[in-house]
Amino acid sequence: SMAVDMRLPTVKKTMTLSAPAVYRKDLVVPGDVITSDTGFMRGHGTYVDDDKLTASVAGKVQRVDKLICVRPLKTRFNGEVGDVVVGRITEVQQKRWKVDTNSRLDSVLLLSSVNLPGGELRRRSAEDELTMRKYIQEGDLISAEVQSVFSDGALSLHTRSLKYGKLGQGVLVQISPSLIKRQKTHFHNLPCGASIILGNNGFVWLYPTLGQQDEEAGGFYTSLEPVSLPDREVISRLRNCLLALAAQKVLLYDTSVLYCYESSLQHQVKDILKPEVMEEIVMLTQQKLLAQEG
Amino acid sequence: MATVQVSEAEKVYILHGIRDDLRVDGRGCEDYRHMEIETDVVSNTDGSAKVTLGHTAVLVGVKAEIGKPRPMIPNEGYLEFFVDCSANATPEFEGRGGEELGTNLSNVLYKVFSNKHSLDLHSLSISPGEHCWVLYVDVLLLQCDGNLYDAISIAIKAALFNTKIPRVNITSDDEGGKEIELSDDPYDCMRVNVENVPCIVTLCKVGHRHVVDATLQEKACSVASLIIAVTHNGTITCSRKVGGGSLDPESIFEMTETGKRVGKALHAPLMKLLQQEESLSKKRVRVGFLC
Repeated sequence: SMAVDMRLPTVKKTMTLSAPAVYRKDLVVPGDVITSDTGFMRGHGTYVDDDKLTASVAGKVQRVDKLICVRPLKTRFNGEVGDVVVGRITEVQQKRWKVDTNSRLDSVLLLSSVNLPGGELRRRSAEDELTMRKYIQEGDLISAEVQSVFSDGALSLHTRSLKYGKLGQGVLVQISPSLIKRQKTHFHNLPCGASIILGNNGFVWLYPTLGQQDEEAGGFYTSLEPVSLPDREVISRLRNCLLALAAQKVLLYDTSVLYCYESSLQHQVKDILKPEVMEEIVMLTQQKLLAQEG
Repeated sequence: MATVQVSEAEKVYILHGIRDDLRVDGRGCEDYRHMEIETDVVSNTDGSAKVTLGHTAVLVGVKAEIGKPRPMIPNEGYLEFFVDCSANATPEFEGRGGEELGTNLSNVLYKVFSNKHSLDLHSLSISPGEHCWVLYVDVLLLQCDGNLYDAISIAIKAALFNTKIPRVNITSDDEGGKEIELSDDPYDCMRVNVENVPCIVTLCKVGHRHVVDATLQEKACSVASLIIAVTHNGTITCSRKVGGGSLDPESIFEMTETGKRVGKALHAPLMKLLQQEESLSKKRVRVGFLC
């Protein structure tokens, strides 16, 4: 039972129900003149060339009063206080963990910014410092919130809520942070049977919806019991749907993910990433989203 | 080699998935990812091919040059392999970072082709003992997303299929010296018979099972892989174990059987695609690198 799908490459086109990108003046590539009006201020992603405000990155033009910025489509994560992130521990240091959050610099998670197992509230002792690796070690994934931004742009994270902490079994999908739609909540228990954390940093975590969380563990306990086959299938389908949506540059949030999931159901999970299937289900998703809005 | 990190819990998840024949991307243990193949992509080569497998991308160029046959085999031409691990593929290849991997890959390629079954080297002979064709097979890694060996072998087969070697006329002058003359007509060329060129199948042992076309995440869960080069009729021309771990004889046997079956099955669709592409000739839409 072996499958191999070989084919000639085709020129990929982005399917969209809105105006084609060439007619949209708010989409620019580096070197495009945004305006020659000198009354505007030069924001991120722009520079002034010969008195003309010019784009330095490919993305969407945004205007706030007199300030013009270009938000790049493909970018590292520029975190802000309150953002939900999913990150991977790269280093365990004294009193802090270093975390890869797809930012330009590694983020830090201070020992004093995590809940201790059992939810104990007390000063961190030297003993805690020595057992840091028992809680979270290199390679582990965590979900966290941005607590503050240092002057060099590096992020300080915290996990002082039961919804944050070490992640257990599941699948990580990495996409561009610009495709994550900002929402009230980035944690969702999807009705299709799996849960999702849409990190603002473009790291998306898919995991089986758990029953009653073991609150005593304070976010450090991870179950290594096998995940059931139906749950796996849902997670794999969601994973491929996320990649399909990202490939067609569709904003990710609970509704778009769910609509894409529903649109994909007539296909086998492993077929979703074939170009023509991808195009088809993303098209269906966009139609559903439009219908829901209108 | 491009490596990724996975946590213990992720490993457990991947392992159980493979045990149940449902991998993270929905594939079964013997499924390949979506593969795209295009030949004749580099104009200054005699044959070339680009293969993408998942996000792995390799480019192979073949150049034919006239050289001197090896002394022990005067009536055969030969192949030279070079693998370039571009720093475009991963920052780890920067400087001399990709050298070791490149040497390993080219050593395997020499091994795969060092037999009478893979390629008819007699056809590359021009005049025994004096002149022969040398095919320089240059592999460039453009992106690494796991399973380099398989992608490279398929790209090589495609590039060799695409290779057009000019015909030569040998004339002898009055003093008995020989003169080699290349045909002026660009369409007057010789093709390489690639029927028996093997494809490499990498079998990655993960837990108690093995998978083909492992992703980087799956590879991170594995301690050892088996590389098997298989021709279209199931002849194994090379097999090699890679990775730090060990394999027990029983799993080597099982993996070889799977490799043989999977490897055999790769050739037919590949040849069909190459012939289909060639039959399009001028109607073919070239995609190249801008997509």
